[in-house]
This record gives sequence, C-alpha cells and structure tokens, in this order.
Amino acid sequence: MKSSLPLTPSQTVGSFFTIGLSATENEGRLASPVSSQISGEGEVISVVGRVFDGNQELVPDALIEIWQADAMGSLSNQNFFGFARSHTGDNAEGKFAFRTVKPGPRSDTEAPCISVVVTMRGLLTQLYTRLYFSDESAANDKDQLLSRVPEARRDSLIAKCTEDDGERIYIFDICMQGDEETVFFHL
Amino acid sequence: MAIIDWTQHPPLIYTDYKSSLSRGPTQSPVDLTTLYGESSTLSIQEFDGSLVNRFTIGELDHDLIRNAQQGGYPLGKRMVVSGKVLDQAGRPQAGVLIEAWQANASGRYAHKVDQHDAPLDPNFLGVGRCVTDNYGCYRFYTIKPGAYPWKNHPNAWRPQHIHFSLVGESIADRLVTQMYFPGDPLLNYDPIFAAVPESAQDRLISTLDLGITEADYALGYKFDIVLAGAKATPIDAEQGA
Repeated sequence: MKSSLPLTPSQTVGSFFTIGLSATENEGRLASPVSSQISGEGEVISVVGRVFDGNQELVPDALIEIWQADAMGSLSNQNFFGFARSHTGDNAEGKFAFRTVKPGPRSDTEAPCISVVVTMRGLLTQLYTRLYFSDESAANDKDQLLSRVPEARRDSLIAKCTEDDGERIYIFDICMQGDEETVFFHL
Repeated sequence: MAIIDWTQHPPLIYTDYKSSLSRGPTQSPVDLTTLYGESSTLSIQEFDGSLVNRFTIGELDHDLIRNAQQGGYPLGKRMVVSGKVLDQAGRPQAGVLIEAWQANASGRYAHKVDQHDAPLDPNFLGVGRCVTDNYGCYRFYTIKPGAYPWKNHPNAWRPQHIHFSLVGESIADRLVTQMYFPGDPLLNYDPIFAAVPESAQDRLISTLDLGITEADYALGYKFDIVLAGAKATPIDAEQGA
C-alpha cells in the first residue's frame, strides 16, 4: 500500500437516510435510482428479513443492500445489474424486502450466494455479510468460504427457504449481537 | 490480509456513541480474503463486476437549491460543494453515484421521524445526487445545513454536516460518510466524529475554496473522497508495496 492515498473514513448513515437513499420516500420526489428489485432471466425469488439489536429488539431503521451474479453465475452480464437496496420498514411487516432472481454458482467450488451490506444508525462503519440458500445444502457443503466459517456460526449465513403461491421466499434475519450474532466479513 | 484498511474507519462499538453499544457486533469480522486464500482476490464476488455508470439521474438532482422549489428559494447560505472521487492509487473514479442528504438551514430534516422543533423549509428537501464525470469530479449546489440537537447525551448537538453515500466500482468500494465544515467548534464535542481515528479526522472536513466559489452567488467548499479502491490494491502489491 506504499504511496497510496489514505481512504475517506466511514460515518454512520444516521436516522434520516431514507430521504436520500430510498426509491419510495418523499412522495416520489427526488427518489433514489437504486430500487429493491433486480430483474433478469431466471427464477424470481423474494428475500426478506428483520434486523435485531443486542437487546433482541427489532431495528426499524437498517439499510440493507445486496449484490449478486445473474442466474448463470455471471457478474459481467451487461444486461443484468445485480445491485439493489431496501431498508427495514420497507414492507408492511417492518422487514427489508427484495425481489430478485436466484443467482447461479460462480464456479464449481462456490455455492450460489448474495453479498449483503448492512448499515444503520449506531453503526459507524458498514458491515458485509453473505446470504446462502438453505435449499442448496450440497453446494453449500462444498463452498470454499462457507466451509471455512466456524460451524457453530455458519447457520447465520443461510437463508431459510419457504414458499408462497409457488414462489420461493428466503428469510434472512440479521442479528447484530448475542448468541445468534451474524457472521460479518472484513474485505 | 484484508484488502480494505479498516484501521482508517471508526470502530464498530464506540462507548460515547450510545446506539453503537447495542448495534455494533461484539465479535470481530472474519477476514474474507484469508478464507479464500491469496490467489483469487479479484474473482471474489465483493471485488468483481462493476457498479459504475449504471444509474440515470435527473437534470436538477445535483442542485438542492432548486430541485425542491415550491414557488420560492430555500433560506440559508448558498454553497457549492465540489470535489474528486479517487481510488487509493489516485486514479479518478468515473460514473460513481453520489447521493447526499442533509438538514435545512434551521437544522431540520424533511423526514417524518425528525422531531426537532425547528421550521421545515417548503422550498428545500435536502436531497441530491451526482454521477462523477470522466475526471472523477462532482458538483452539488446546496445551502449550509444547520446544527441540531440529538439524544445521545445531555445537550448533545451534531456539528453541521452533509451525509454522503457513494456507489463505486465494486461493492467493496461502498462508502457512507459525512462531510463537515472547517472551524466548526461542535466538532470538539461530537462522538460520531470523534470515533474516527484522529489521524483520519481531517479527511472528513471540507475546505473553503475560492476557486470553487461562484462570485455573487455561492461559497465553495472542496471535499475530495478516496474510496477503498479494491481494484487498485493488487497493482500496488505487484509494485512491491
């Protein structure tokens, strides 16, 4: 890192970020171009979840972003953009909620997964985690990252598959602290 | 070894910032690049793909003075806020989405949760966006935000600030931060600012710049932003750093 510029430090997203970062606030005025939907070829799925603080209370103001490959496992498909944003409180039940397509595996040693960026009032620096799929257990067992996460904490990275009207919904709750604390990553 | 220099960022739990106590994780983040081994960093999903030049914004999105007018101009001191977005190798970052939001001149956000008893400004929403040009430059027009009280501790006041969110080349470049103003005495009392390592604090303070100032219209403040530049780092490494 010799002769490199020092990076700009992070600060909390604060209490009022939805005016600046939501595609649906402000009665549509100056709405963010970043939506909660990713579209493309493949199986349409929903990803929903809640965020809990160290007192096991719901966090009503967390910003959640996802980044993923397309259904073929590609991140370089020019007709696909795998980035979306939601926040807790985005749906009627106080959850974050995405509609996307299920990503494909990127290689033989990787299970399908979604990268997740978490931030909120009270977090001074954003956190990275990952979402793997409960109905991909064979691929998950072979995944070079997941298999190296301590077994006792691995479950925090696996979204539970449910079904509604023939569409798969993956539940991904995030715990900031406690016995169920989600595994976060440094990049 | 992590690619991002996390020592430049505030800690996840900072005692003087009360809401971090129950929201900051207690276990250390796991080093992702170590789990993958050193050889394949650039193919890791968080460093791969591109998020730049993917967004379309409106003609007045960068001009908070005019983008929410309802028959008049917002109250407050007009400003230009401008700067460059660079990676750690100093290369300009083009096509970066910058989203900004702020309180009005009275220190009130146009947000339903803001209970501060200061007036809303019907001509100011406090929301703006830019996409950096080919030189990595951006330019916002706005009014200077007011300081406002918050509940962290008795008589707590946030220094004047503008929130910035940047979507850069990779998801590893993602940055959410706040820009402050030179000489603001409230910076000495703010735990959110104080949580930044002391040697890095200056990087969050804009500088008054007469070159950016527009005569007879708006004072200029310069604020350059350096993203973690995940893609720059392996090149540095090859150069033997």
